Amino acid sequence: MSLTDNDIATVKAIWPKIAKVANEVGPESLARMLCIYPQTKIYFSHWSDLSIQSTKVKEHGVVIMKGLSLAVEKINDMANGLQDLSQKHAFQMRVDPANFRLLSQCIHVVLAKRFKAEYTPEVHLAMDKFLSNVALAIAEKYR
Amino acid sequence: MVVWTESELSIINSIFSSLDYEDIGPKALCRCLIVYPWTQRYFGGFGNLYNAAAIKSNPNIAAHGIKILHGLDRAVKNMDGIKETYAELSTLHSEKLHVDPDNFTLLGNCLTIEIAAKLGDGFTAETQGTFQKFMAVVVNALGKQYH
Repeated sequence: MSLTDNDIATVKAIWPKIAKVANEVGPESLARMLCIYPQTKIYFSHWSDLSIQSTKVKEHGVVIMKGLSLAVEKINDMANGLQDLSQKHAFQMRVDPANFRLLSQCIHVVLAKRFKAEYTPEVHLAMDKFLSNVALAIAEKYR
Repeated sequence: MVVWTESELSIINSIFSSLDYEDIGPKALCRCLIVYPWTQRYFGGFGNLYNAAAIKSNPNIAAHGIKILHGLDRAVKNMDGIKETYAELSTLHSEKLHVDPDNFTLLGNCLTIEIAAKLGDGFTAETQGTFQKFMAVVVNALGKQYH
């Protein structure tokens, strides 16, 4: 389900607004995922605090958003653009790709509660396709 | 047997009593049909689904969205017997409508997002977790009669 020109335009139109609040959206999305899907905690077992208040969770949420900003930048060739991240997730962290969908759902929820009526089905569709393609690019090196 | 804490029961009741079924039902179903277009195959007899605008103004889709919310209401009113509540609906979705059960989760995700948009900061992580647990139980019950 590759990105159409319309999808790319839609993502690029909303991304600056998301980038402005990235330092809140990222941490909140990650914290929600850890809380609502406890199986995801396994990837962060080296942190003692996985609560919403955790400093490590907050910092990592920001890192995730930086990765997504990079993906927007490289939106026309994510497989190549996200190679380093793919290596990390495949060989270092060994993240089961099923988890990308769980984080995506939490990102959608956080964006919907922030942007409300602005997070229309059309915007949701473009963002969901974008996040699915990011997940594919991240899983590129898996096997 | 699903176990609900007092807090979870309270959260579910609170969410549903804050919802206008006639507003959120159509929105959730429309969102599902737009974001996951393959779900449109189950609504072949509902009229014009040609594009997002057509879906949003389709009265049959709106009516069905409201029906879905009232269907969920039946589970809210019978939290300890959701499986039994949906036995007939499960058979209907399996044997007559042939809906792939994965799609129930997709609709549940869209409803979650509409509720998040409505409640804003009120849709805390705890609230989201409880609502998604409720939807997972509903989805499981609806898939029970498939074989």
